[in-house]
Amino acid sequence: MDINFVKIFRYTAIISIIIIIAGIIAIGVNGINYGIDFAGGAIIYVNIGQEYNIDDVREIISKSGAQAEASYAGEKNQDVVIRMKLEENHKELEETIISDLQEKYDITTEQVNIDMVGPAVGKELTLNAIKAIAISWGLILIYIWIRFELKSGVVAIIALIHDILIMFSFVILFGMQVNSSFVAAILTIIGYSINDTIVIFDRIRENMKRYGRQLSRRDIVNKSINATLSRTLNTSLTTLFTITAVYILGVDSIKEFSLPIIIGILAGTYSSLFIAGPLWTMWTEGEQTALSK
Amino acid sequence: MKRKNAISLIIIILVIAAVGYVVFNGLNIGLYTIEPTTKNINQGLDLRGGLYVTYEAKVEANDPDKDSKIEGAMRVMRNRLDKENQNEAVIVRQGSKWIRVEIPGVKDPRELANILSQPAELKFIDPEDNVIIEGKDVKTAQPAFDGVSTPVVQFELNKEGADKFAEATQNNIGKIIKIELDGKVISAPKVQTAITGGSGQITGMPDIEEATKLANLIESGALPVPLEQLEIRTIGATLGSNALQKSIKAGIIGISVVLLFMLVYYRLPGLVADLALIVYILLLLIVLATTKVTLTLPGIAGIILSVGMAVDANVIIFERIREERDAGKTLKASVESGFNKAFSAIFDSNITTLIAGFALWKFGTGPIQGFAKTLVIGVILSMFTAITFTKQLMKLLVGLNIQNEKLYGQR
Repeated sequence: MDINFVKIFRYTAIISIIIIIAGIIAIGVNGINYGIDFAGGAIIYVNIGQEYNIDDVREIISKSGAQAEASYAGEKNQDVVIRMKLEENHKELEETIISDLQEKYDITTEQVNIDMVGPAVGKELTLNAIKAIAISWGLILIYIWIRFELKSGVVAIIALIHDILIMFSFVILFGMQVNSSFVAAILTIIGYSINDTIVIFDRIRENMKRYGRQLSRRDIVNKSINATLSRTLNTSLTTLFTITAVYILGVDSIKEFSLPIIIGILAGTYSSLFIAGPLWTMWTEGEQTALSK
Repeated sequence: MKRKNAISLIIIILVIAAVGYVVFNGLNIGLYTIEPTTKNINQGLDLRGGLYVTYEAKVEANDPDKDSKIEGAMRVMRNRLDKENQNEAVIVRQGSKWIRVEIPGVKDPRELANILSQPAELKFIDPEDNVIIEGKDVKTAQPAFDGVSTPVVQFELNKEGADKFAEATQNNIGKIIKIELDGKVISAPKVQTAITGGSGQITGMPDIEEATKLANLIESGALPVPLEQLEIRTIGATLGSNALQKSIKAGIIGISVVLLFMLVYYRLPGLVADLALIVYILLLLIVLATTKVTLTLPGIAGIILSVGMAVDANVIIFERIREERDAGKTLKASVESGFNKAFSAIFDSNITTLIAGFALWKFGTGPIQGFAKTLVIGVILSMFTAITFTKQLMKLLVGLNIQNEKLYGQR
C-alpha cells in the first residue's frame, strides 16, 4: 500500500499552515512568555524538604517588599520557585527572602538555587543563537548544493523552518517559556530533522538515476518516500522512546527542554515525509535536470 | 567457517561485556588500578552544584587602560579564589567588557559571588581626612587572635607604606586613624605611639571567620575597576545530584526500550544493532572522559537523544538489506549490497548534522556549546560504529549460515 505523498501535499501543507497560524494568533492574544534568559529577572528555587504552605512563602516575600511570584515545584510540591523582577536592590531582596526561608524551614545553602539574568545577557544570547543557526543553515545549503543540487538544499531549509515554526507554535499555544532550553531544543531539531530529510533525498537521487527515463518525477518521489518509510518511522520511534523517557523521568529543567524536542521530532518526521519531497516535486516538475549532478 | 564465526561472535560479546564492566566499575589488578570511566567525566555546574557569574567591568569603552584594568580584575579574582581554595575555577573574558566565572562544587555560592565582586578598597585615613595608606601598600595580612579571643588582622606594610605609616602615626599620637573598607569604617583605633616597624593590626571583627575574610581580601588586592553582576546562576549541590540521578534513570529506561524494540522488530540483525549500540555508548563514555568535555544537563539529554539517533544508521542498513532480500538476492549478497547502497544515505545525512553541530560549537556560547560538543562526538561515533562494527558483525552472522528467515525479520 503505497501512499501518494505528492498528491496529498495540498492537504498536508494546510495542516502545517493551520498550526502555524494558530501559533501566530496565540502570540497576538497571549504574547510570548519569555523566560529570564531573554527578559531578564531572577529565579530563586528552594528545596524546602518538607510539606509547606505557599502562603507562608508569599508572606515572606511581601514582607521583604520584593515584586515576586511564588509557586509550588518539585515532585511532592516540597520545592518552591520564586520569580522576581529585577529591581534596583534585587540582590538585597534576594538575600532577605532566602535568609527568612532558611530560618523558617531550616534549609542549608545547598538546597538553594539562584538564577539572575540581566537584560543585556538575553540580547547577547539571542544574537549568538541567531548567528549560529544562520551560519549552520548557510553551510548545510552549500553542502546539499554540492552533493545534490540547489533546490534540494532550499527545500531542506524550508522543511527546517517549518519544524521550528511548528515547535514555536506549540510552545506559544501551551504557554511554555521561551528560554535558553528552547533555543537548545531548536538546535537539536535542526540536527535531527535535516538528517531525516537527507535520507529521503538520497533515495530520490538514487531512483532518479535508475528510473529517471521510465517514471515521472512524481512517481519517483512517491516511490522513494515509501521505500524509506519504515526507516523514517522506526528512527523517529527510537528517538521518541529515549526523549520521552527523559521527559517523564527528568527534573523540571529537563522537562522544559525535552517537550519542545518531542514536538520537533514529530514535526521533523512530518516535514520529511509530507513537505520536503512533495514540495521539491512541485517546484522542479517539468524541469529536465536530474536531482543528482 | 561456521564454527569459527560462532567463536568470534562469542569473543566479541565477551569483550564488550568486559569493557562495559571496566567502564562502569573500574578494575583493580595488583599494582594497576583503572578507575571507572564514568567517574572521570567532567560534570557541569548544573550537576555538581556551583556558581556561574557574568560580570561587566564598569569602564569607558574608549579607556586606553581598559584591557589592563579588566585583566587586573581577573587577576584579583583569581587571587581571591585561590585563597578560598577554589582552584578549579574558570575565569574568562567574554566580549569586550564581560568576565565570566564558573566555579564547580561550591558550598555557599552566593557568599563566594559577593566576595568576588567586592571592590575591597582599603584605606587608612587620618583625622584631616587624608588617605595615608591604601591596599596596595600592604605586603601581607593574616588573621590572628590578639590575646585569647579577640580576632584581629595582622598586617605588614611594604617599605613605602611603612614610611608613610610611621610619619602619620608620629604626627597623630593621641588621635584617631580610621580604617575603611569600601567606604565603611571597620575600625577606628587611637594612636598610642609612633609605629615605625611597618606592621600593625586591625581590630573590630566579630569572629575569626570575618578576620580571615578581611585578611584574604586585603592580600588579594582591590579590584582595579568596579564590577556589576549581569548574570548569576547558583546551583545547590543537592539539587544538582538529584538532577543527575534522575537523568541516569531516564537514560537507562529509554535505552532499554530502544534495545528491546530493535530486537523485537529486526530479530538477529536487531541483536547486532543492540551490540553496536552498546559499543557506541561505551565509546561515547570513554571519549567524554578522555577529552574532558564538560557534561551539563542539556548535554546528558543530548546524549540520551543521540542513542535514539545512533540506531538510525543500523536501521537504514537493515531496511536496505531487507529490500535487497525482497528483490530476491541471497542473504550474503543482500548484506553486501545493502551496506553499499546504504552508505551514501548514512554519509550525507550525518555530514549535514555534523555541519550543524560544528557551526553551533564554533559560534554558540555556554550551554549551547557544551551541547554541540556532545552532539558532534555522538554523530561521529555512531557513524563509525555503524560502518565498521555493524558491518563486521553482520558478516559473521551471515557466516553462521542460519537459514530461518524469521530470525532475519523477513516479512
